[in-house]
Amino acid sequence: MEAFAHIWEPVRLTLELAAITTLALIVVATPLAWWLARSHARWKEIVATIVSLPMVLPPTVLGFYLLIALGPDGPGGAVASLWGARTLAFTFWGLVIGSIIASMPFVVQPIRNAFAAVGDRPLEVAATLRASPARAFWTVALPLASPGLLTGAVLGFAHTVGEFGVVLMIGGNIPGRTKVMSTAIYDYVETTQWREANILALGMVVFAFAVILSMITIEKRFARARA
Amino acid sequence: MMAETIRAEFRGRIGKFSLDAGFTAPSKGVTALFGPSGCGKTTVLRCIAGLLRMGDGVCEIDGELWQDRDGTFLPTHKRPLGYVFQEASLFPHLSVRRNLMFGAPRRSDGASRERIAFDEVVDLLRVTPLLERSPRNLSGGERQRVAIGRALLSQPKLLLMDEPLSALDRATKNEILPFLERLRDRLSLPVVYITHDIAEVERLADQIVLMEKGHVLAAGPLADLQSDPSLPLAMARDAAVTLDGVVEAHDARYGLLTLRVPGGRFVAPAPPALVGEHRRIHVVARDVSLARETPGPSSILNILPGRVVAAKPVESNEILAVIALGAGGSGARLLSRLTRKSWEQLGLAEGVNVYSQVKAVALGPGRGDFSE
Amino acid sequence: MLKLKMLVVAMAAFASSASSVAAPAEAGQINVAVAANFTEPAKQIAVLFNQKTGNVAILSFGASGNFFTQITHDAPFQVFLSADAERPKAAVAGGYAVSGTVFTYAIGKLVLWSKVIDVTNGEAALKAGQFSKLSIANPAAAPYGAAAIETMKALGVYDALKSKLVQGNSIAQAFQFVDTRNAELGFVALSELYGITDGTRWLVPQNLYAPIRQDAVLLNKGANSEAAKAFLEFLKGLEARAVIEKFGYGLD
Repeated sequence: MEAFAHIWEPVRLTLELAAITTLALIVVATPLAWWLARSHARWKEIVATIVSLPMVLPPTVLGFYLLIALGPDGPGGAVASLWGARTLAFTFWGLVIGSIIASMPFVVQPIRNAFAAVGDRPLEVAATLRASPARAFWTVALPLASPGLLTGAVLGFAHTVGEFGVVLMIGGNIPGRTKVMSTAIYDYVETTQWREANILALGMVVFAFAVILSMITIEKRFARARA
Repeated sequence: MMAETIRAEFRGRIGKFSLDAGFTAPSKGVTALFGPSGCGKTTVLRCIAGLLRMGDGVCEIDGELWQDRDGTFLPTHKRPLGYVFQEASLFPHLSVRRNLMFGAPRRSDGASRERIAFDEVVDLLRVTPLLERSPRNLSGGERQRVAIGRALLSQPKLLLMDEPLSALDRATKNEILPFLERLRDRLSLPVVYITHDIAEVERLADQIVLMEKGHVLAAGPLADLQSDPSLPLAMARDAAVTLDGVVEAHDARYGLLTLRVPGGRFVAPAPPALVGEHRRIHVVARDVSLARETPGPSSILNILPGRVVAAKPVESNEILAVIALGAGGSGARLLSRLTRKSWEQLGLAEGVNVYSQVKAVALGPGRGDFSE
Repeated sequence: MLKLKMLVVAMAAFASSASSVAAPAEAGQINVAVAANFTEPAKQIAVLFNQKTGNVAILSFGASGNFFTQITHDAPFQVFLSADAERPKAAVAGGYAVSGTVFTYAIGKLVLWSKVIDVTNGEAALKAGQFSKLSIANPAAAPYGAAAIETMKALGVYDALKSKLVQGNSIAQAFQFVDTRNAELGFVALSELYGITDGTRWLVPQNLYAPIRQDAVLLNKGANSEAAKAFLEFLKGLEARAVIEKFGYGLD
């Protein structure tokens, strides 16, 4: 029983981290994706590339730069000093920031695609029907793009659950605070606690299965909606 | 004086396309923007709507300034217009009812009564059975009718229609045209209507703006431009004039309607109609033959005296003649297309009095024709 | 696009496995699993080894725990340089390594290091506890981590400092936490401070923790490899010992 409490804590922590990260990402990524989909600025693809970098960089590289950024030599340290701490690393909220950056491209991309697929026409129609740009966004663009938002949320959540490299680099593996499922499994493997490792790993496989299945379902509904 | 007009002028470039078009039109009735593909009709319409912004542009509707050259530019959503696109573009995530109501004002303020009512529109366009359906399950014609209704229910002061029938097959087009005619007759709303199909112009338009390669060739009342030999309309093979006739009498015995136009009368088979009612009379140039003297007994009912006011050679061996009806040659104008041989043999020339024999006449629908 | 990527990966995997299968008999080539903390000295030793014998030692660096798991699952290493004494012993016991070939190649020195506070008198600094985060390597996986905990317990400060501990996954990561000043101080390997003059350090007295014996062993896959045996011999030799000492390790 005690072993299960031991295993449950990383799971709870992981779910919390993924949920908060996903919510934050939807809020941040949606306007960004909207801008990327509709802007004609010449430098927009540069921004898009920067946003996508975490997808391509090895997590250790990303984690390393995050470590510096979150620490006393970076903006993280400045923020942390507001409440007397030295760094945002080793904290749950440090992980949230790291996860947001690491998972951002997985959320921005599907939402951007969904907004782009909406196209200009529905918004022009809305404008000719007295809808201000804000109203057109909320009542036309967003509903039409909602499958993309859902996909983005699912991907962001799944990616955060699976995030290992970044968490490893900035977490400090503190039980109850930054010891999430991925690093817990790693620990169990390193200390040859196969049973615990298997339980967690199996859980992650089941989770991944559910994620992919739900994504396929969303894609199908999206395809039907556009027909 | 200027309060009753639509005034639009736009000058600018989009890529390789250069636009320099301007026209004024009365703010009542249907003004058709007509011309070949790529001549800039849609560009002008989008400028009027504010969907496209040309720095050098003026747009004034009924005294309201929507755009001028000094920086005034009302964004689209602040312009009281309705826009019907070529492909309905209904919102797929809303029901037909919600689509219709999308642009309708939230609550009616005390000041403005709803000029166009929901029930009236739904009835006019026969979309009642479709209200709770999803746009995905509608036919092309049904979608277009809903799109028109949606534009109307936003209480526009100006209705813009960009080739609303072009994407439909012939049968559906013929199904919807009567709706548009009814719209024109029932609602006192100015309409700017783009089409490349002269048949739609002939049935719907009061005014026409002829465009070509980004410029306006001519603008004015339909019949005037139709009978102007310097314009391509009159030179076309199926050239015709559309006259405004007033019902004078109905011959019940032979089922014939008599309509008066300036300078003459037409007789056509038709069901009874109210005296004083206006009907469109469509006369094709090829159906008009000319005679120097009153012809003998003939099966042709419409033989109208008039005078040749203009003539122009067309194609290889034909002449397009413009005939003004009436003894003094000052009435409505007809077109006649005849062979050069006939023209010369009859000794026809400008100023010569002739009789126009109109073999066939097509009438536009009357008020009564809409009841089903 | 995805298909192309898969093809490239498959080809790379094939190429790497092919190279490990074809080991030329003359110029020997061996794969050595090296504990991360021994990275720099191992590189220099490999160069000297190659200069002297012409054999090539291909080094892989990482956590000893990881390597052990891989070795027990058929990883293609001939020699294992662990960060502890346990794993080579376990490898022999498990039948993955050749018995009688275990020896201590280096004795790890634990060091308390800080770029933020003065730890020249480390004991006092630990007892004063004027810091929020102390970095150590994961004790379950790295002996330096276990040694750090031993030290703190011996000094009687473990309970007080337990809540301030942050674990790096490896000794290198523990170092990084201190290097980026995210942790004010940390227990690292002396070898990691080679060439670094920043900050202050306290060499932890050997009596506070069990010696970190870093043992090497000849793995089964290297049993018939002359080059592998030669490498281990070289490791015991004078040139190698000089390098090892230079980097701050102790020797028997």
